[in-house]
Amino acid sequence: MTNWIDACAKDDIDEEDVIRFDHDGKTYAIYRSPDDEFFCTDGLCTHEQVHLADGLVMDYVIECPKHNGQFDYRNGEAKRAPVCNHLGTYQTRIEGDRVLIGLG
Amino acid sequence: MSKRDYSLLGEDARRAVETGLSAAEWYHTEIPRKEMKALMKRANQPALRDTIILFGLMIIFAASGIALWPSWWSAPFWLAYGVLYGSAMDSRWHECGHGTPFKTGWMNDVVYQIASFCMVRNPVTWRWSHARHHTDTIIVGRDPEIVAMRPPALFHIAMNFFGIFDAIKGWSRMLLNASGRLDPEEATYVPETEHQRIIRIARIWTAIYAATIALAWAMHSILPLMVIGLPRFYGAWHHVMTGVLQHAGLAENVLDHRLNSRTVYMNPISRFIYWNMNYHVEHHMYPMVPYHRLPELHEMIRDDLPTPNSSIWQAYKEALPVLKRQLAYEDFFLKRDLPPTAKPYREEFHRDALGTPAE
Repeated sequence: MTNWIDACAKDDIDEEDVIRFDHDGKTYAIYRSPDDEFFCTDGLCTHEQVHLADGLVMDYVIECPKHNGQFDYRNGEAKRAPVCNHLGTYQTRIEGDRVLIGLG
Repeated sequence: MSKRDYSLLGEDARRAVETGLSAAEWYHTEIPRKEMKALMKRANQPALRDTIILFGLMIIFAASGIALWPSWWSAPFWLAYGVLYGSAMDSRWHECGHGTPFKTGWMNDVVYQIASFCMVRNPVTWRWSHARHHTDTIIVGRDPEIVAMRPPALFHIAMNFFGIFDAIKGWSRMLLNASGRLDPEEATYVPETEHQRIIRIARIWTAIYAATIALAWAMHSILPLMVIGLPRFYGAWHHVMTGVLQHAGLAENVLDHRLNSRTVYMNPISRFIYWNMNYHVEHHMYPMVPYHRLPELHEMIRDDLPTPNSSIWQAYKEALPVLKRQLAYEDFFLKRDLPPTAKPYREEFHRDALGTPAE
């Protein structure tokens, strides 16, 4: 059963941007797309464990701030070296003005 | 401190991983997210302008050199062409490897491939090598791109002003890769999935060089090699002159780019050739900021950084005595003062590594 966690307010994230969310000893990245949809992935790059929330969101791509590795944050697909391994993704849900992420 | 082992397979490499120096968290000057986002934002226009100028000048200089060949009047054109081929391509390789100059991905990739060929750096291998350089900047045994090791090999560096060791190593590595093999050190930072790409590119390059040599043979002239290959020797001096200053004489095994990188104010021509990599502390702190935004980033964080060197000349006046002293005493290095507005160096993170600074 999905455990829904209240992560942030919708307005905490600008359009085409990302924030970091830490929960239960793990770190996540929550994105707001140019189409005003919300997505959630693991917070650390699969290459060198850098926080993706410090990176740049370009359309549906998150770029790691350290080495320019890129992922499609909608499905976690690794798009550009030096990242080779995909990113874990999590469901999101909007309730009022809150963003919830589905863990477990 | 014991002798350093810069090999990626040696004792220092093992120790760096064990002590947490590798893949560690580094100091960053704080910048509000909105401003950082604005700085990282991509644009095509500045890099398109610079690339048109660069390739336009290369065509003009090479055509003039060919037209005047074999007269000595062709020499200035070759020297100019050589600097663009053997030095400006170094910075294009570097920047496009980061994927930041152009907004459009394929433009970065095209310039990256051309620049990699000119610099004789396999574009796959060197993308990974440079990623490691940014993860473990000047960490002994981890960083494969340390130019001035301790004690500094000054003869080696001097010869590289004419590309001697770097270019020959590049071509040797190309032939090794073209034969289907990788150097054992390469294999430590390039994943296996990329090995076939390395080999394929090396074979394409080998074919290009073979065709160029065949043409020179048929023409009984080195002219084709003046256009492809030899500029890596006769035009290398500028990229070595600026590149040595990036980290030489500064600290090793630290986690603060203010201690191991150098920002140097340079003239506009050098900055064009070097694509603003003179803002090197800034580049290492925030590698995803495109070259054309680095002057703004510099203005934003300069109060937290050591005073930049005022010119290439002044930077060498500072660095050379340090390198000279390291010949006899390799723990010696330059630790530059921070302005009163800066956050202090976190000594507790690198007290053991710092050794004896030259204040």
